[in-house]
Amino acid sequence: MSDKPKLAQYWASSCGGCEIAVLGLHEKILDVAGAFEIVFWPCVMDFKYADVEAMADGAIDVCLFNGAIRNDENAHLAHLLRRKSKVLVAFGACAYGGSMPGLANFTDREAMFDWIYFHSPSTENPGNVRPEMRTTMPEGDLRLPRFWNTVKTLEQIVPVDYFLPGCPPEAGSIEIAINAIVSGQLPPPGSVIGSDTTVCDECPREKLNKKVKRFYRPHEIIPDPNICLLDQGLFCAGIATRAGCNARCPQVDLGCRGCYGPNEGVYDQGAKLIAGIGSMIDADTVEEVEAILDTLPDPAGYFYRFHLPQSLLRRKALGNGKKQPKTEPVAATR
Amino acid sequence: MSQNGTFKPVLVGFLCNWCSYRAADLAGTSRMGYPATLRDIRIMCTGRLDPTFVLRALQQGADGVLVMGCHPGQCHYQEGNYKAIRRFALLKRVLRQMGLEDARVQLHWASAAQGVLFAQTVAQMTEQIKALGPLDWPRHWPDEDPFARIALAMQEDAHE
Amino acid sequence: MSDKRVGVYVCHCGHNIAGTVDVEHVAEWAWGLPNVAVSRDCQFMCASLGQDMIEEDIREHGLTHIVVASCSPHMHEKTFRGACERAGLNPYLFEMANIREHASWVHPHDKDGATDKAKALVSAAVHRVLQQQPLEPLQVDIRPETLVVGGGIAGIQAALEIADAGFPVYLVEREPSIGGHMAQFDKTFPTLDCAACILTPKMFDAGAHPNITLLTYSEVEQVDGYVGNFTVRVRRKARHVDESLCTGCGTCWEKCPKKVIDTVFEAGMGYRTAIYRPFPQAVPKYPVIDTENCTYYQTGKCKICEKFCPTEAIRFDMEDEYVDLEVGNIVLATGYDIFDARRIPQYGYGRLANVFTSLEFERLTNAAGPTEGKVVLRDGVTEPRSVAIIHCVGSRDKNTNEYCSAICCMSSLKFDHLVMEKTGAQVYNFYIDMRPIHKGYEEFYHRILDEGTQFIRGRVAEITDAAHSPEEEGKLIVIAEDTLIGRQRRVPVDMVILAAGLEPRADAQGVAHMFGVGCGDSGFFTERHPKLDPVATMTEGVYIAGACQGPKDIPDSVAQGAAAAARILGVIFRKQVALEPIRASIDESRCSGCRICNTMCPYNAISFIEELSVSRVNPALCKGCGTCVAACPSQIITGAHFTFEQIMAEIDGILVDVHTAPPEHTAVEAV
Repeated sequence: MSDKPKLAQYWASSCGGCEIAVLGLHEKILDVAGAFEIVFWPCVMDFKYADVEAMADGAIDVCLFNGAIRNDENAHLAHLLRRKSKVLVAFGACAYGGSMPGLANFTDREAMFDWIYFHSPSTENPGNVRPEMRTTMPEGDLRLPRFWNTVKTLEQIVPVDYFLPGCPPEAGSIEIAINAIVSGQLPPPGSVIGSDTTVCDECPREKLNKKVKRFYRPHEIIPDPNICLLDQGLFCAGIATRAGCNARCPQVDLGCRGCYGPNEGVYDQGAKLIAGIGSMIDADTVEEVEAILDTLPDPAGYFYRFHLPQSLLRRKALGNGKKQPKTEPVAATR
Repeated sequence: MSQNGTFKPVLVGFLCNWCSYRAADLAGTSRMGYPATLRDIRIMCTGRLDPTFVLRALQQGADGVLVMGCHPGQCHYQEGNYKAIRRFALLKRVLRQMGLEDARVQLHWASAAQGVLFAQTVAQMTEQIKALGPLDWPRHWPDEDPFARIALAMQEDAHE
Repeated sequence: MSDKRVGVYVCHCGHNIAGTVDVEHVAEWAWGLPNVAVSRDCQFMCASLGQDMIEEDIREHGLTHIVVASCSPHMHEKTFRGACERAGLNPYLFEMANIREHASWVHPHDKDGATDKAKALVSAAVHRVLQQQPLEPLQVDIRPETLVVGGGIAGIQAALEIADAGFPVYLVEREPSIGGHMAQFDKTFPTLDCAACILTPKMFDAGAHPNITLLTYSEVEQVDGYVGNFTVRVRRKARHVDESLCTGCGTCWEKCPKKVIDTVFEAGMGYRTAIYRPFPQAVPKYPVIDTENCTYYQTGKCKICEKFCPTEAIRFDMEDEYVDLEVGNIVLATGYDIFDARRIPQYGYGRLANVFTSLEFERLTNAAGPTEGKVVLRDGVTEPRSVAIIHCVGSRDKNTNEYCSAICCMSSLKFDHLVMEKTGAQVYNFYIDMRPIHKGYEEFYHRILDEGTQFIRGRVAEITDAAHSPEEEGKLIVIAEDTLIGRQRRVPVDMVILAAGLEPRADAQGVAHMFGVGCGDSGFFTERHPKLDPVATMTEGVYIAGACQGPKDIPDSVAQGAAAAARILGVIFRKQVALEPIRASIDESRCSGCRICNTMCPYNAISFIEELSVSRVNPALCKGCGTCVAACPSQIITGAHFTFEQIMAEIDGILVDVHTAPPEHTAVEAV
């Protein structure tokens, strides 16, 4: 065993982009490899859960945890790594806010399974097979972790020390975080590592007097490259999104998607987007306002794209708000 | 909340200082009875209504949220209520997508002279929410984490 | 948090609160709220005993925040803030829970419900007050100059009051002369003294006053700044007459060959020339050239006025000028427009020759008017032998204006008298209700009744010239239901006078926006408080007087003009004014410059600083509405005393007994 600090990295419910982002450090990855002893990183090295379970509590110095929590396995590893790690970092938008997996909170498990295994146009499932938590085969029982109704963020499962936002976090942000960890100059626990302004601060486009008579979707308009996208009626979440990415999407004529999450002090990114975008509507009567809003389909999807599980309401109502049958604890069985 | 099977809704009100709050005052001085369901918060203008407030109230267990301001054209700050209309329309769309019934969150107007209208509005909304039943929003994210209990027990052990 | 010590005081208000809310229980329960160091109930918190208790507790128990649960903050917030201040506590560390108007009085039959609500409101106030910050009012210097917009009787009165007190006034008037509608009238009710006789001296005083700068034929184009320090841009329309040379001798308009129907001063009843002075007593005495009608401006030839002017004062090349005025306070006295009677086509105005409006009749009966005071029909010679006066034309009518125009009953009574005095004609009044409500008015009504005027109670359905019988032939027939006898009546008359209502000026909305005042439903300017603050507006430093605030007669207009002046003089004498510290402020170090807030402010208090790419609030312009605070998507605008943290704490506090949400991390429940 070396004296170097021990690093673990894990992916729960995520796309793997965060892992790639670490590799995106390019040659600096060697510094990471040099500075840390990697004790657990299933994506790139062969470790078993048993290896982690065998470690003493607090044996891992830093754990970079990416991905949302959407099943029992994710939760189990979250608890396990929390116990084994001195510093637990929610790495990336999924662990921080729920991100893309969290969009499942606009529906529920049953509806999702129905769609995926039976109704989606690309599904061919002649045997009407559906994953079961337990399948008995000649060789023995096969088990799948229980799939949850509601996707959660890492912090909703275990206490988290630091949050590193982004989908994925920009190499620069990762570098800052790694350097902070290596040098021991960490901000107070619970902090989000990043800027306390919003994307507009880094966006070079000229901002005008936000007033719009209609919204455009990206295919409906060729935007002026120098003017704020919102001023041109294109949805951009940059106004309510933490800075740190150097306005990567607006720089290429795409509205900010909001992956860095809410600004410092904000409880709910979607609420602030409602406030900001709502304030731009240039109309005084309800009818006019509604007509303008008709040009902005799926506002909840836009506003909560990366942080629905982290938001105040966390998910869509189950069963449309009427008296709710108790959600049965066993999942994935028909 | 629910006592002996009778559901008594809890509504959080956001009233503007100049019109609707005074309408509520007038309902009081004129002794116009209405159900004791509304718990009101004074803001200077409906234009101050941060959508976060509405979401917070729902998240914290309110069965409904009632926002009231000056009639359009009568805002004491000229046009704050128009801004409220715009944001509220967008908020409602988002809440609809979140599966919230329309009656749960409402925007109404009452001038300082409309104590009767204020009392009627509260009474009417109370009836609507009674018909819908309790919201109890947090039940929508039941705790599904089977390891939480174990984790907590272990944390407690560590403290002992 | 832990060093904060909250005092909670729950008021019985005699039986008013305690009769419904279990006050002792609420005070007892409040001990359990965060940081509560003292919790008491008291018979009357607003009495000196209650206030003394707060002061003593602050001193003895080191209280840092105070909550009083009693009546509406609109009732006693000032009282308790005063008590805090006397004990050395910043008054903004006080919060009120309204458990009387909003609880005990409205839930008298639900004592448990009212008590629960009172607890929730107290909890909300405690949670909120813990987030409150000490604030200091904003001190602003006051310039002594005042701008009065509108030179009618209200504006003249306001200008004279302030000027007489020794302070400079700019009086801006759109028309070539001050005087307003009052200058058009013949007699004034109920005393029947001549309008010109009482108005002209005031006009002269205003024109000659060393402290008053008259800017007639001028309009305000732009207003910037805030109370004490407004900058106002005034457009001085070109008179085409050099005021320094003109003596007002009248040669020019006597020689002018172009005659135009005077739709403003003469209400379309008479002519004026293209170069004109609206009326002989005009102040200032100088004429103006109406370029739209002047032959020279239309054809390039004429210049007769120039030829005859003995002082060579005509200036055809004169152009509009702009002057920027620095003023501390502003009075809006922009008056009213008369209701356009054509909007009620069944009354025939504009179609039936002998249907007149009240303003037309004023000119007709005015000795200086087009008929030299003779009451005659449109043919100019025939005296009417019967006249109908229709009340509430464009007033108290859901199709036009719902409000009462306040002056029409009395001016109709005045007309009754004048018609009878001048012609001996029989006069019929068609009215809905008679409202002679001020001093001497009811007596005047009885005098007119005694003089033999007929009063028919009922709204007129139609005025027609279609005769049903020989005696109706050649007459105007007024068709109305006489609601007192319950019958339809057809009354044939020679002349009809429509008592047209008062409406907001056509451009009132634009003017309101420019000066930062509001317009109510009816379109008149909105006062700060309908009873207790009738001449101030929501914009500090901007006052309203006269009919621009709502229909009113001359005595009320004069009273408001004087009231506005008194308010302004008070401010000028104080030299400084303290503004409520409920203000927005932007954390510029965190502002990303998205500019969402820029269009939010109705008072233009937010400006964008290009060089720094941040937005900035001018605290003196900000009124504290908070719409920019809510709009800011990065949540870096703070609304003092209504901050995000304060309101969020209030929400959490108000739901203290219901919320079931896991506060943070994982709620541990059985799977």
